[in-house]
Amino acid sequence: MDNETKPSAAARRQFLADTARMACGVGLLGLGVGLYAKHAKALPPAALRPPGALAEAEFSAACIRCGLCVRDCPFDILHLAKPEEPISTGTPYFVARQLPCEMCEDIPCVKACPTGALDHALTDINKSKMGLAVLVDHETCLNFLGLRCDICHRVCPVIDKAITLDPLNNPRTGKHTLFLPVVHSEHCTGCGKCEKACPTEVASIKVLPLYMAKGQLSTHYRLGWVEKEKAGGSLVAPEVEHRYNLPEGMQYEHGKGLSSSPPADAPPGSATGLPKALQGDKL
Amino acid sequence: MSTTPLRPGAEAIVAKGWLAAHKWLLLRRSSQLGILLLFLLGPWFGIWIVKGNLNFSHTLNFLPLTDPYIILQSLVTGQLPEKLAWTGAAIVLAFYLLVGGRSYCSWVCPVNLLTDAAYWLRVRLGIKGSAHISRPTRYWVLGMTLIAAAMTGSIAWEMVNPVSMMHRGLFFGLGLAWAVLLAVFLFDLFVMRHGWCGHLCPVGAFYNLVGRLSILRVQLPQRAACNDCMDCFAVCPEPQVIRPALKSIKGTPPLILDANCTNCGRCIDVCSKDVFVFGSRFSNTVAPIAGAPQAAPK
Repeated sequence: MDNETKPSAAARRQFLADTARMACGVGLLGLGVGLYAKHAKALPPAALRPPGALAEAEFSAACIRCGLCVRDCPFDILHLAKPEEPISTGTPYFVARQLPCEMCEDIPCVKACPTGALDHALTDINKSKMGLAVLVDHETCLNFLGLRCDICHRVCPVIDKAITLDPLNNPRTGKHTLFLPVVHSEHCTGCGKCEKACPTEVASIKVLPLYMAKGQLSTHYRLGWVEKEKAGGSLVAPEVEHRYNLPEGMQYEHGKGLSSSPPADAPPGSATGLPKALQGDKL
Repeated sequence: MSTTPLRPGAEAIVAKGWLAAHKWLLLRRSSQLGILLLFLLGPWFGIWIVKGNLNFSHTLNFLPLTDPYIILQSLVTGQLPEKLAWTGAAIVLAFYLLVGGRSYCSWVCPVNLLTDAAYWLRVRLGIKGSAHISRPTRYWVLGMTLIAAAMTGSIAWEMVNPVSMMHRGLFFGLGLAWAVLLAVFLFDLFVMRHGWCGHLCPVGAFYNLVGRLSILRVQLPQRAACNDCMDCFAVCPEPQVIRPALKSIKGTPPLILDANCTNCGRCIDVCSKDVFVFGSRFSNTVAPIAGAPQAAPK
């Protein structure tokens, strides 16, 4: 009995030692791979996923790195990430400043995806959310400087919806209008055409991932004017009308400023009773 | 192992002629290079017969082929792929159930070209030493890749997998993947004999499991004719699979049933006595065995 158990005990010890060694080695390898994969989940902001891509957390699990979307993109904008890039190896991305998405109506990249990492429910390219354009630098945007560049607005495939030009008085000259490009997240697809076309040395408008670009109001916030409209009237007791301490015969109205026209019940001719200081135009 | 100055297969070349002694090797290289060429026709010449890579490919926009291993990794993260990927995985699984899972390793996988080259050079340079890592380590690595996928919620192994890195890299741009591949080559050359494919690769371990019950097997109808030249052991990338069948250990039929046999057919090539042939696992008594099987010499 002893003769039989002795070698088997030694063999068992050897087996356990070998197994432990192997498990530790493989465990270390796994730890490295796992941490590496975790890091790569933080997609760099310049890398945009193709249309219909699931949220990044799901995307790196659903995408099987086959490159069919790359092949079926007629404009060759997509790349598969190489091992040295800080993106999950083998997953597709594009860089808007290099080549933006051309927003094909039939969305061939999504159709090509065998796993649904690019969601097949996306059938209208205008509903895609590859990112969100943000006018990141007001100091260099030519329209903010008072020029009529307007390029981002004009190249936008969803023109006048995703980017509008909102007029504002130019306080520097005092007599011109600034046409400020304003992005509307509801319509912006994140295609990146604006970023590609922006003529400043470094783009002043950039497409960022939604999680970076989009703010969110706290859930308890209510917009008073919206609530007022919904309710069909003010929800609080009407304000007491503000009284201005003005010289006799003067009126002030928000948005119109001072006026000297007499109130309806004022006796005619009372406007002439303006103090001299306020009659500058006439002097 | 060999005291003879002759290289493995030299006897077979004399007995059968060079071509017959390299038949399966040549077919295998044609298969490996042919598959690479098929994938390269698109990116190089604009002839799109096959699109994609070994993870998923679409042939003539008709035939989907999916690597079931990557689908499994995707599944353990909780993702359910679309029908096309499923169909492809089912076709591939059915195919390797027929021809032997690890046929993938010797007939399809591009890394095999690299590790075979490393082994060839290792023999030519007379490098003897080899690190000791047990062969079952690959199953642990396989398990680790699945746990890593489940825990990170992403197909983590794809970050570093040399197999898909090489195949994808050749068609979509290698980048620094060449460094990973060089590491595998040097590991096999200097550190460990048959190190990557024979001990560590989880892709091979997965296909091993797929091929447990596969139909196509190497048979040894003439095992009684074996003259113990050891050439088959010298060329086999998984030599442990031969002995039970060749020496009838514990009454093993003349059939290589170990799922780690890659069906490379090199043993058939190098045997001057024609002990080995390809056959099915169900017909293990095709040729009459002359007399009782020889007892193992050891």
